[in-house]
Amino acid sequence: MIELRDIRVTFGRGTPMETKAIRGITLTIPEGEFVTLIGSNGAGKTTLLNILSGEAMPDSGKVLIDGIDVTAWPTHRRSELVARVFQDPMAGSCANLTIAENLALAAARGRRRGLSAAVTKELRGLIQARLARLELGLESRLADPMELLSGGQRQAVSLLMATFNPMKILLLDEHTAALDPKIAAFVIELTRDIVEEQGLTTLMVTHSMRQALDVGRRTVMLHEGQVVLDVSGEERSGLSVEDLIHMFARVRGEELDDDTLLLG
Amino acid sequence: MSLIAILGTLETGLIFGLVALGVFLSFRVLQFPDLTVDGSFPLGAAVSATLIVAGVDPYVSTLAACIAGAGAGLITAWLNVRLNILHLLASILTMIALYSVNLRIMGRPNIALLGENTVFLPLESLPIPTYVALPLVLLVVVILAKIALDMFLGSQIGLAMRASGANARMARAQGINTGFYVLMGMALSNALVAFAGALFAQSQGAADVTMGVGVIVVGLAAVIGGEAVILPRTVFLATIGCIAGSLLYRFAVAMALNADFIGLKAQDLNLITAVLVAAAMVLPTVRAPVKRALSKDRRILARLRMKS
Repeated sequence: MIELRDIRVTFGRGTPMETKAIRGITLTIPEGEFVTLIGSNGAGKTTLLNILSGEAMPDSGKVLIDGIDVTAWPTHRRSELVARVFQDPMAGSCANLTIAENLALAAARGRRRGLSAAVTKELRGLIQARLARLELGLESRLADPMELLSGGQRQAVSLLMATFNPMKILLLDEHTAALDPKIAAFVIELTRDIVEEQGLTTLMVTHSMRQALDVGRRTVMLHEGQVVLDVSGEERSGLSVEDLIHMFARVRGEELDDDTLLLG
Repeated sequence: MSLIAILGTLETGLIFGLVALGVFLSFRVLQFPDLTVDGSFPLGAAVSATLIVAGVDPYVSTLAACIAGAGAGLITAWLNVRLNILHLLASILTMIALYSVNLRIMGRPNIALLGENTVFLPLESLPIPTYVALPLVLLVVVILAKIALDMFLGSQIGLAMRASGANARMARAQGINTGFYVLMGMALSNALVAFAGALFAQSQGAADVTMGVGVIVVGLAAVIGGEAVILPRTVFLATIGCIAGSLLYRFAVAMALNADFIGLKAQDLNLITAVLVAAAMVLPTVRAPVKRALSKDRRILARLRMKS
């Protein structure tokens, strides 16, 4: 379970460039809920994910995971509870390490790292079994460096790395935005399967209204650092992409003149 | 080149192979451009020489040199990680400070080690000449260091260190405290360099406060040269490349200085080094188009063959 209590973040405080990225967000996400997060550029979506993962610290407010106050925990300490897949397929893994080595890094998350060999025979078997479910043939390419993989393959592996060890919260930062539609659909399908299987509390940022309504059980819209829409259940299933876009336009106080949101 | 000159070149090349392994760790694994090396190399020499002259066991003295080097690396890393000073600048600060520290440690600009009880003294009682035994022993030492480094970088800790250098954000997301691994890697890197400094002083018979000048360039020349001759696809190959690069560099310099017809003298050493490093850095980019052209030729040939 995630609890955000009156989170506030200001960038460049005291300078002419001062921007209030998040202005008082309070949000509770119960265990096992899959939430999609939408909002225009600069709405504070990525900042909110950074607050949850520990990459950014709020000026005020509290972050609680399963009732534990983790507000002051740095990223590496939270990683036992929180896993993240980035938008950039290159960001989630190390290009110059092999596929096996990347997954070995994920397998050691939340454990003490020692001087024993990172890629053992036992772990290699486990990695192969996990890779096999991707059906990308990667299980026979363990010794290949990550940089030989396509963006979609790398993103699928990133997702596998994020969920390799048991954890509580999965953060997805537009993780399909940089992929072509066919691969994006595959990665979304994989995300759904893994989230369901492991009962993960998930927060997925997306630019696609379609995806926001189709995936998950609850949709939250941010605008200028505040929650402007929070729908789930019947209210949500009655919403169409057009409804969402109208709401979007209303909060922005203007008509949308581009159709990127519709097409996404 | 005479046999003695060749063996001498081999000896220096092997010792600087250790420097290259250290530079590989900072520049390549951690992606931390570290110039501390110019200070930690003479630091290793100063510490070991001072202790040896004071009558301390040479092995203990050499170990102390490594620990001192690790300390120097830790300071640079700490300036960067904790105080947020730019890595290059942090290393320059430590390097400059070490010049004074080295003078303080030795109490004078140089210490002679001739006739002292060094780690290489037992070699003099062997039936083979010292100038043959020394490179052999150093070869074993460098190979052991290489194997230990390979194993370390393949361990869970080593892998976390490589991830910290290659993709820090991803490393943190995988629960890796990147700052800690930078500190550890820099300590290890400079310990290796100080170890090389200690061995260099003991094999050359003196420690001198100026012996660190340009060590970083030589180390980098070895790493880059090694990458040019052996593609560093794996850690195993990369560390072989470091040692091969160091030997190649030494032989290239020796050849250049020995070739009388070019008219180069010992004072041209730094100029030659700079030219060699520049050449080694350009070589991979020159090689790529050549390779592309060759494979294009091959494709055309294959097509012609299919037609006929």
